[in-house]
Amino acid sequence: MKTLVYIDHFKGEVQPASWEAIGVARNWGTVQAVILGASGEKLVKQAYEYGADEVFFCDDSSLDDYRADLFASTLGALATAQSPDVILFPTTTRGRELAAILAVDLNSGVLADVTALELEGTLLVATRPIYEGKLFEKVVCRGRPQIATLRPRAFPRPPRDESRNGSAIRIEKQGESAIQVEGYAVSESRVSLTDAGVIVAGGRGVTNNPAMAGADEATIARKGFELIGELASVLGGAVGASRAVVDAGYIPYSHQVGQTGKTVAPDLYIACGISGAIQHISGIRGAKLVVAINKDPEAPIFKVARYGVVGDLFQVVPALTEAFRKRLGK
Amino acid sequence: MKIVTCIKQVPDTEAKISLENGKVQWGDSPLVINPFDEYAVEAALQQKDKHGATVVAICIGPDSAREALKHALAMGADEAILISDAALENLDAQGAAQVLAAAIRKIGDADLVIFGRQSIDSGTGLTPAQTARRLGWPLLSLAGSIELNNGRVRVERVIEEGRQIVSAALPAVLSVVQSIGEPRYPSFMGIRRASRATIPTWSLADLGISAPTPLVEQRAMFAPPSREQPCEFIQGETVTEIAEKLVEKILAEKVL
Ligand SMILES: Cc1cc2nc3c(=O)[nH]c(=O)nc-3n(C[C@H](O)[C@H](O)[C@H](O)COP(=O)(O)OP(=O)(O)OC[C@H]3O[C@@H](n4cnc5c(N)ncnc54)[C@H](O)[C@@H]3O)c2cc1C
Ligand SMILES: Nc1ncnc2c1ncn2[C@@H]1O[C@H](COP(=O)(O)O)[C@@H](O)[C@H]1O
Repeated sequence: MKTLVYIDHFKGEVQPASWEAIGVARNWGTVQAVILGASGEKLVKQAYEYGADEVFFCDDSSLDDYRADLFASTLGALATAQSPDVILFPTTTRGRELAAILAVDLNSGVLADVTALELEGTLLVATRPIYEGKLFEKVVCRGRPQIATLRPRAFPRPPRDESRNGSAIRIEKQGESAIQVEGYAVSESRVSLTDAGVIVAGGRGVTNNPAMAGADEATIARKGFELIGELASVLGGAVGASRAVVDAGYIPYSHQVGQTGKTVAPDLYIACGISGAIQHISGIRGAKLVVAINKDPEAPIFKVARYGVVGDLFQVVPALTEAFRKRLGK
Repeated sequence: MKIVTCIKQVPDTEAKISLENGKVQWGDSPLVINPFDEYAVEAALQQKDKHGATVVAICIGPDSAREALKHALAMGADEAILISDAALENLDAQGAAQVLAAAIRKIGDADLVIFGRQSIDSGTGLTPAQTARRLGWPLLSLAGSIELNNGRVRVERVIEEGRQIVSAALPAVLSVVQSIGEPRYPSFMGIRRASRATIPTWSLADLGISAPTPLVEQRAMFAPPSREQPCEFIQGETVTEIAEKLVEKILAEKVL
């Protein structure tokens, strides 16, 4: 069986779920990886190291600016030439829409945001969440090639073998784009929530510190997120947030976890001052271990948490940071 | 200018979803407009407020999906069209895109089509890109802000790495995210207007297409395994003691 894996990157910075897709495909047979854009050159070797058998690379610098139409046409030409049985994408902003467009061009279906896969002969049987993770469905693709996008962190990262290597197989850019890229506003925090192994998240509780009575809410929230950030950094993790604090403007939208924010799947999720509304919970169903810190013992977040502390996050979070620091020797 | 917004009707997010005899049940929770699609309607109305436009909401669904369209009308949309056909029961994203593209062509003079980011029931997030490809129009997805100027649309796309600012000539297809701004509440006048509005129904025959062949087939549905262990509350004399106990518990889980 032959699988083509799209390696998703932004100006050379890879979305690690791409390697997870190589890991999945390796179990099935031949793995072809494809990297678009000159800035992706350094990823060619890495793709071999993670297990690709062949790596296609387009060094056209016009592909350094992602545009859905151009990328899809280039991928479509490669897929037609190579006729893989399966095409895998990570479920990222780019992966999802490229899979969608490619499916139209190749007249096939997309198994979207898959969390588990079985193989029946060469047929993929994919498990994916529906109704915000309240249910799951098993789906199969009736078209060929079968196209799937894999949810980040749902599959293990394959081991990296630095002795593996190969050359880049050059491909040409296909088509033109109707989209003009005018610029970027790249966010300052580079830890991606969807790929984070640990997330420490703050909710409206960060605005409520009795010891700072009299200070304005924004100042209190800043302090709260500072404490949360310190805990996240000791654990090498990312900072998440509930919508309440995003809407209030205390932290950018890119940190929001939940139905209208990001769906995350960390090994450890520490919710601080978050009540646990259903729309927040729907974003953290993939978390392995949930820990909650909340003043209110009746807060619904404790229904999904494995461990809970009933208390003031302004006291508990710094104590936890200190305890981890000591215990982890940092 | 004409702006089309594509909206879906789904069970409310607060609904308790369960399976009975292989069918999805949501108790007596209401069916509502897909929350992401409220942002799509809001985005369309913002452009209408700025530049003047006719906003048309379209929905593929059963007769009951009229309620979702009425919500869009009550928010301020000018027209609504229901696309309903017995042959559309097992629609996948590709099928939805095919039908929506045909409807958008029939509407005729759309300058902009605005989608939500994702539906919360099937949640594939594929339909906007697939509709754009079928129409052959540029796709500017995950827009957090929109500007129209001289026949071009410019958006800030919210992506993993921050924002990408892109533009294209109209007509174009957009999907929007929450940064667009909170959906407005239906006004009293809006609700009254919506309750009196006639919402035409288009069938596949009206669109001049046959029923799309499903490319993704559902084999089974199941409920996730329920969580075995209840929450264990960590207690202690001091916050330091609590923190140290919690750290040991977390380390023992071997997740770090
Ligand atoms: C369509 C729709 C989509 C939505 N999407 C999302 C989404 O993507 N993500 C999301 O998060 N929400 C979302 N929401 C909003 C959601 O319903 C809740 O309103 C929101 O999650 C509440 O945020 P919160 O828990 O921070 O605030 P609150 O509900 O106000 O909870 C604050 C919690 O902090 C505790 N607390 C207060 N002070 C302290 C302290 N000092 N120490 C410890 N604990 C303290 C309180 O006991 C309380 O439990 C959505 C809502 C809708 C309708
Ligand atoms: N049945 C439908 N009728 C109208 N629009 C739809 C329908 N299904 C999906 N859409 C649109 O496509 C977006 C993405 O849906 P999905 O691909 O199902 O996640 C939604 O937010 C809607 O804007």
